[in-house]
Amino acid sequence: MRMFLTLLRRELGAIFLSITGYVIIASVTLLNSLSFVVLMTNLGNDPSPMPVTEMFYRTYFFWLIVLLAAPVITMRLFALEKASGTFETLMTAPVSDLNVVAAKFASAVIFYVVTWLPMIACLLVVRHYTNQAGALDTGTVGGMYLGIFLVGCLFLSLGCFASAISRSQMAAAMISFVLGMALFSVGFLAEALPATAQWQSQVLSYFGLFEQMHDFARGVVDTRAVVFYLSATFFFLFLTLRVVESRRWK
Amino acid sequence: MSEHAMIEVTDLTKRYTGRTAVAGISFSVAPGEIVGLLGPNGAGKSTTMRILSSFMPATSGTVRVAGYDVFHESEEVRRRIGFMPENNPLYPEMRVREYLKFRARLKGLGWRRSRQRVTTVMEQCGLTDVGRRIIGQLSKGYKQRVGLADALVHEPDLIILDEPTIGLDPNQIRSVRQLIKSLAEKHTVLISTHILPEAEMMCSRMLIMYEGKILAADTPENLQKLMLGSSQIVAELDAPADELRSAWAQMPGIEQFDVSAGEGEFQRCILTPRDGCDLRPAIFMLARERGWVLRELTRSRHSLEDIYVQVTRPNEEEEN
Repeated sequence: MRMFLTLLRRELGAIFLSITGYVIIASVTLLNSLSFVVLMTNLGNDPSPMPVTEMFYRTYFFWLIVLLAAPVITMRLFALEKASGTFETLMTAPVSDLNVVAAKFASAVIFYVVTWLPMIACLLVVRHYTNQAGALDTGTVGGMYLGIFLVGCLFLSLGCFASAISRSQMAAAMISFVLGMALFSVGFLAEALPATAQWQSQVLSYFGLFEQMHDFARGVVDTRAVVFYLSATFFFLFLTLRVVESRRWK
Repeated sequence: MSEHAMIEVTDLTKRYTGRTAVAGISFSVAPGEIVGLLGPNGAGKSTTMRILSSFMPATSGTVRVAGYDVFHESEEVRRRIGFMPENNPLYPEMRVREYLKFRARLKGLGWRRSRQRVTTVMEQCGLTDVGRRIIGQLSKGYKQRVGLADALVHEPDLIILDEPTIGLDPNQIRSVRQLIKSLAEKHTVLISTHILPEAEMMCSRMLIMYEGKILAADTPENLQKLMLGSSQIVAELDAPADELRSAWAQMPGIEQFDVSAGEGEFQRCILTPRDGCDLRPAIFMLARERGWVLRELTRSRHSLEDIYVQVTRPNEEEEN
């Protein structure tokens, strides 16, 4: 645990003390604000019974952010260390591979969560001007953040995996973007195809990212979705761990 | 022997796809030795060191460090070594003291202990003044010292340094060398280098590697002695060539001789002594007896440089 914290501190330092970190935060905030503007314009034109959080998610900016930010946050994790050679100093210290992977992933998740915090300001603005407590209750906001967190974990674990298998940050970012796009497309497919009783359709429904996120944004926490995201995240982290270990079998 | 050896390598082989980097080498290093791994680029030095530091596995063979197997007891091994890889990779965005503290904690030192050790190694490596500087902005010499300090910080039994002086200016090289020499009292040190005088100066024993094999392993003095047997004597005398030839043929202790015309009246003789005996007094006596003028009398001493060149490039030598 002490190793994990030491590693985590250094990983967080690496991202928060670099200009890249703030560029990412700024970009995410910009996209969120755009999404907010679009939302407000729509709401001004015709009133809607939906909770604001649900509408927030409806603008699709959310997916753009996840698809773009996750590869950029995770690309340096392993690829940069391999390119600069520090991977060797790191792995010849008495640390376990599991600790390294866990610390790197945890730092990415923490950073990702931080990039989403400025959005609370947007929600507070809505609350302030509408004077409607119902527009923004803890349940829906909490549900939405849980959704953001879980979707983020999955995409970040994809990014970790991509970074572990490549030597250059660019390649890592591209691989994780492609993996993310593939997952996103499957989610699209799940929504587009009509649901049937066949097993293919059942399996596909687990990948219905939109439907699941929709529920989260309404404040509905569906355990199936939670299990899906967590298990998929652990699956990719497991693959990452195997890749890191694989240098010992080669 | 196996209980006391710091490093014990048996039949170590490492194959990359289509290329054998290390081909069945065996050696052992006793505690307290400074051993130089010497060889041209691509000889397999870095690969050997990476396996020793348990960064990657061997294709076959066993390697034990301080009695622990580098593959099966990797963490025990890593706790006991300080490894500075080639090109000394560091995190450029961190400050010197911060980096060393991070490394100390990573190597399992407690909070208080790591503070003490970091202060000690920073003094030892002359880093006290730059503790708050960002590593990326340091000069190469300082960066190298940071790498060394990192290797030392947890007081490892074995220090492995891959090309520690590469890319430094002469003054920096000297200070790094002194630092390494001063480590010998407490630690076992394995250094790789392709610069021969460096190994000659620092190491108590040298392993000469070439194309994945160890070609010679001995102290610098013994390696030199090894070559002395085949040293040659050059004498330039003002005398008729055939008289010289018959004189050399009669002289005991000469294995081979070659007489050729030198500058002016002088004949240049290259003599190979038998069993490394010293022919010079006999040659002087001969010249005095016959009244020949002796202009030059030298023994060509093979330096380690020659040994190195000869051992590492056998084919080219033969062609020449």
